Amino acid sequence: MKTLKIDKEKISSVTNANEDTGKTISGAVAVLEVLIAEGVDTIFGYPGGAIIPIYDALYDYHTKLKHILVRHEQGAIHAAQGFARVSGKTGVVFATSGPGATNLVTGIADAMIDSTPVVCITGQVFASLLGTDAFQETDIINITAPITKWNYQITDVNEIPEVLAKAFYIAGSGRPGPVLIDITKDVQMATFNFKEYKKCEYIRSYRPKPVVRKNYVEAAAQLINNAERPFVIFGQGIILGNAENEFRQFIEKTGIPAAWTIMGMSALPTDHPLGMGMLGMHGNYGPNLLTNECDVLIAVGMRFDDRVTGRLDKYAKQAKVIHLDIDPAEIDKNVKADVPVWGDCKETLPLLTELVNKKNYKDWIQKFKDLNQKEYETVIQNEQNPSGEELTMGEVIKTMNQLTNGNAIIVTDVGQHQMVTCRYAKYNKSKSNITSGGLGTMGFALPAAIGAAFGDSSRTTIAIIGDGGFQMTLQELGTIMQFKPNVKIIILNNQYLGMVRQWQQLFHNNRYSFVDITSPDFVQVAKGFGIPGESISKRENLNNAISKLLNNNGSYLLEIMVGKNDNVFPMVPQGRGVADCVLNSDEL
Amino acid sequence: MTKKEFTITIYTENQVGLLNRIAIIFSRRKTNIESMNISPTEVSSMTRFTIVVNESEDVIIKLCRQIEKQVEVFKSYYHNEHEIVWQELALYKVPTDIIATQIKVERLLRENGANTVVIRKDYTVFAVTGCRAETEALFKVLKPYGLIEFVRSGRVAILKGSNEFYDRVKEFHQNIHECSQTKHNYIEEKEKVCSH
Repeated sequence: MKTLKIDKEKISSVTNANEDTGKTISGAVAVLEVLIAEGVDTIFGYPGGAIIPIYDALYDYHTKLKHILVRHEQGAIHAAQGFARVSGKTGVVFATSGPGATNLVTGIADAMIDSTPVVCITGQVFASLLGTDAFQETDIINITAPITKWNYQITDVNEIPEVLAKAFYIAGSGRPGPVLIDITKDVQMATFNFKEYKKCEYIRSYRPKPVVRKNYVEAAAQLINNAERPFVIFGQGIILGNAENEFRQFIEKTGIPAAWTIMGMSALPTDHPLGMGMLGMHGNYGPNLLTNECDVLIAVGMRFDDRVTGRLDKYAKQAKVIHLDIDPAEIDKNVKADVPVWGDCKETLPLLTELVNKKNYKDWIQKFKDLNQKEYETVIQNEQNPSGEELTMGEVIKTMNQLTNGNAIIVTDVGQHQMVTCRYAKYNKSKSNITSGGLGTMGFALPAAIGAAFGDSSRTTIAIIGDGGFQMTLQELGTIMQFKPNVKIIILNNQYLGMVRQWQQLFHNNRYSFVDITSPDFVQVAKGFGIPGESISKRENLNNAISKLLNNNGSYLLEIMVGKNDNVFPMVPQGRGVADCVLNSDEL
Repeated sequence: MTKKEFTITIYTENQVGLLNRIAIIFSRRKTNIESMNISPTEVSSMTRFTIVVNESEDVIIKLCRQIEKQVEVFKSYYHNEHEIVWQELALYKVPTDIIATQIKVERLLRENGANTVVIRKDYTVFAVTGCRAETEALFKVLKPYGLIEFVRSGRVAILKGSNEFYDRVKEFHQNIHECSQTKHNYIEEKEKVCSH
């Protein structure tokens, strides 16, 4: 087992005990020592009564641990998610008991469904007060039971090193996820003998890394080698497994066309010749239609979400399905796998690559291209080069691509702008598309972009947000003001809650029920937080405005007024099969 | 798929809060738990949950997999009634005076395989251990005679003729580092997922 020596400088002043017998320190100090030993350098948090001892200890640790004071605990957890998704490290959150902890719930659920490694440390009332409805007491362990990979309440100071070690191990291993550790205030203040810190590498009831069974890899290779129209669909598993190269080698060796889910986006550069586009409700025409024409469907690190599959009884019924996933609960959950290849795709993909042959799928790939060309002519061309007076979201993304060359980290919120961005944004590097995929959390983008900017400050971080979502967490402009992450904010303002309006138009007889949302003067709001900005509505200003945004030394807010009534197409209407993907509302 | 009665057996660490984590996996899918028993196993510090539910096999498999995802769960199996030996315990409280005067107690006990647990002036408690039909039978007999209280335990079950898991549990326990390589047998034995 690897062991990490804790930093002894600080502790030696507290006690004169020697190395072998450990040091006497408080629970609060131990928490910070563990974080340092785990390689944590950034914490997103908000103090409060029940976590004061930890913040007190942090007072002496601020040179080793950067603490970003957010404006609302939801902002902390989304920032930690953005940080984790960009850096590949585990995000860390501090919050107090009661409302501090419950404010994390949305982000924890988001991290759970999108498999993001986050460790949340919440303060809790004194152990003696548990269950008494004490001030700021909530049962956060039970509240978060269904939305955490693991959680635990520490009521004995001696448990701190071991439990936190487990927390980091569980959050980051296997299929990653959020872990919440609730620490009672008395435990934070109590002292104990802290010995050499051991990272956790094994839990006897937990199997994060399965042993790969070769016979299934062989069965999969045989299916692939005999296929005439194989199709690869991939998700975030590739990014989480750091298997981008292994994946690329697999598709390049075989020549099989591949399409990504929204979470898998950026695992493969968007202009890769074998990349056929995005799957799902607003995905590309070719991948959606041809899902129902392929003979072998190879799903890699994805979970067949209903936004990807549409109606299950009309999904790829003709195909043999090979499913590579690290989580056995995903096998057969939604789509029955003929060959399950359970394991870490970093290990399974090279084994598979070794056994598969190169084949010529020229005609098959041409089918994707033809369908995508039809989509281009019917939808994309008009959106990216509109003839109307109003700006479209599509041309904004196109212009952004030209100016960033696909090198930026793009964080999106939820709604029409999210779909348009994910449809059109260019990505050259992995870990570049940060979005709330599974939970669809409006308000995600601004705090997540703050976290992303801290996660990799060498790259440009652009947050693309709708006028609705921005108003959900705009308080985090205060965090930008104070801690100066470099976040380029683009608000695509269509003066509606656009996606709901689209559904109301298409499926609810134009009954626009409470989607007409009024916005403040966003530029003035940003100015109040010391963030420069501009609002534009004319095409001739678009290029310059985005250049100004990108070139500004520091954060910047650009509001772009776009068409009020634009819809996102293509679309697989809810309850229909992927092959029923429509290119415009006339086809509905 | 039609719903049937299944017995789910879960081997876990003895951990506060795990009961809730397991229970919410059922409630999330709106599956009612018919009975539940939690007890220690032959391996120290390991706990066994025995849960009875009426569900389709398809859903049972998914429930078992979600349960097994929990960090503190070793294994989760499901069984139909032919694969297990199971028992429930029932207690019956009846007024002593009525029992003494109106029923031939000896015959009653013999016919139903019941024991007398307590005899007091005011009431008597009988106990029956057996399958559902057996505990139901005495309930029906006693009901007309002023049955004061009837209580039945959750099911406890044991596998018919298999020591496969027992061996693996011992392995878990004795050889914790080696068994990190223990294969997961869900997919390994995909045809009989969870059933043995």
